[in-house]
Amino acid sequence: MANIKFTKDHEWIRIEGETATVGITDYAQQQLGDVVFVELPDVGKGLERGKDAAVVESVKAASEVFAPVDGQVTEINKLLQDQPDTVNSDPQGEGWFFRIKLADIAQLDALMTEAEYNNMIQELG
Amino acid sequence: MRYLPLTEDDRKGMLARIGVTSVDALFKDVPASARRTGPIEGLAPHEGELGVERRMKALAGKNIPAGSVPFFVGAGAYRHHVPAAVDHLIQRGEFLTSYTPYQPEVSQGTLQYLFEFQTQVALLTGMEVANASMYDGSTGCGEAVMMANRVTRRTKAILSGGLHPHYAEVTRTQARWTNFTADELPADVDGTEDLTGLIDDTTSCVVVQNPSVFGHVRDLSALAEACHAKGALLIVVVTEVISLGLLTPPGEMGADIVVAEGQSIGNALNYGGPYVGLFATREKYMRQMPGRLCGETVDADGRRGWVLTLSTREQHIRREKATSNICTNSGLCALAFTIHLSLLGEAGLTRLARLNHATAATLADRLAKVPGVEVVNDGFFNEFTVRLRKPAAGVVEELAKRKILGGVPVSRLIAGKPELDNLLLVAATETTTQDHIDALATALGEIL
Repeated sequence: MANIKFTKDHEWIRIEGETATVGITDYAQQQLGDVVFVELPDVGKGLERGKDAAVVESVKAASEVFAPVDGQVTEINKLLQDQPDTVNSDPQGEGWFFRIKLADIAQLDALMTEAEYNNMIQELG
Repeated sequence: MRYLPLTEDDRKGMLARIGVTSVDALFKDVPASARRTGPIEGLAPHEGELGVERRMKALAGKNIPAGSVPFFVGAGAYRHHVPAAVDHLIQRGEFLTSYTPYQPEVSQGTLQYLFEFQTQVALLTGMEVANASMYDGSTGCGEAVMMANRVTRRTKAILSGGLHPHYAEVTRTQARWTNFTADELPADVDGTEDLTGLIDDTTSCVVVQNPSVFGHVRDLSALAEACHAKGALLIVVVTEVISLGLLTPPGEMGADIVVAEGQSIGNALNYGGPYVGLFATREKYMRQMPGRLCGETVDADGRRGWVLTLSTREQHIRREKATSNICTNSGLCALAFTIHLSLLGEAGLTRLARLNHATAATLADRLAKVPGVEVVNDGFFNEFTVRLRKPAAGVVEELAKRKILGGVPVSRLIAGKPELDNLLLVAATETTTQDHIDALATALGEIL
């Protein structure tokens, strides 16, 4: 899967032309434990790379989810409002957070490939 | 845990262990020029217990205690009868010495009474969810405004001219660094203020007090609708919580957040504090609510139990992104509230509220007959505004000389407005007797 990239903060971003879908990785959901609430950005909101985009709350902690790249929110995953545990059961599928219109496709080059990300989490243990 | 002061040997041992010769040596980082030596000017030298007691009693003797004279002071703090059982129960060591729980689930007794407290607050205010209390009504008001700003993502509040000026001031102070703005509205002495025209698409919330600081009781339903039509929240402030025994709960009139001062139930005047703030809202806004929140659950064996829930809103977990910097609650005052209200029950609270209103109505009728006194209000609960022939502050001083605490001059709350100087806020409660009322009316007749 060449069109999926990862951040060191454990977000994934799947590129679909000019838009992309963002969520948190399987490793992230394992570390968080049972997710009980997800706070998503408003549709239309402009996001800035590395800045707060969403909040994910588990029984253990509340964590910020950062925007992997600049862009504007086009859609949010309403399923998570009623079934936040989808983040645990299918983090890289049905448990996606939001979709954004990419501002600068070149920013994707700075992100990790799946292999690079897997190496990083192996080192984390 | 025993309390044993340190002995000289203990001190020497500790100092020797860390290699310091004296306690003073621990402060050597503070420049000598900044260190005070010798007595502090104006502060009496230390004395034995007997001497201190004598001095403090002499100071206290300068006060006129509320319970010892005819007393009509209100404006946000009210003298009520607190049953002896309340003080007796809250002084049990299990309650008195336990702080707000940080390892909460081992303190099931504390959590249970907080849950009862929240249930009572939700029922009283007509709201869906209440927290485990705030510091007091005014800081609760500030928190409510900041919460409304988070919910609406707007920053402009409208503070009613019927809101207690101290509440408005506390709100301005608390919200000072949050891009908060608020329109300054004129004092709503007559209770005729109409805020609907001021609400627009940038309004985060409208804050009204019911009964207002001048005592007016209003139906807020239309105001709630006007707020919601513009996407703003209606915050209703209640400073006399006994009124909720008789009046339509703010929740039924469409309030989005209700904050109240809970002192009137279970808590004495206490020189202005500590008090207990009530805070309630709609379930849909629960995650933006400040403060501790107690929830009911079942344990692994299916038994009923309590937890502190949604703690991820709170500062010890969420740090700078917490909904509030409050990490505590007014535990003991909330307990007193809960015990007193439990003793009253629903019927008892209603009877108490009726008695308060009936006494105030008797007072208003009596004062209206005094030449030089005009009752401003058409409607009120247990407090109302009178317009005197002379400035109220001077009249209150004259009354105090006659051992009558006659009320709060509006000039004490709003200074520099000569048109308000003759206004006096007068409160009556179940502690007010016919003799008290006669004494005030007679004295006012002489002074005016």
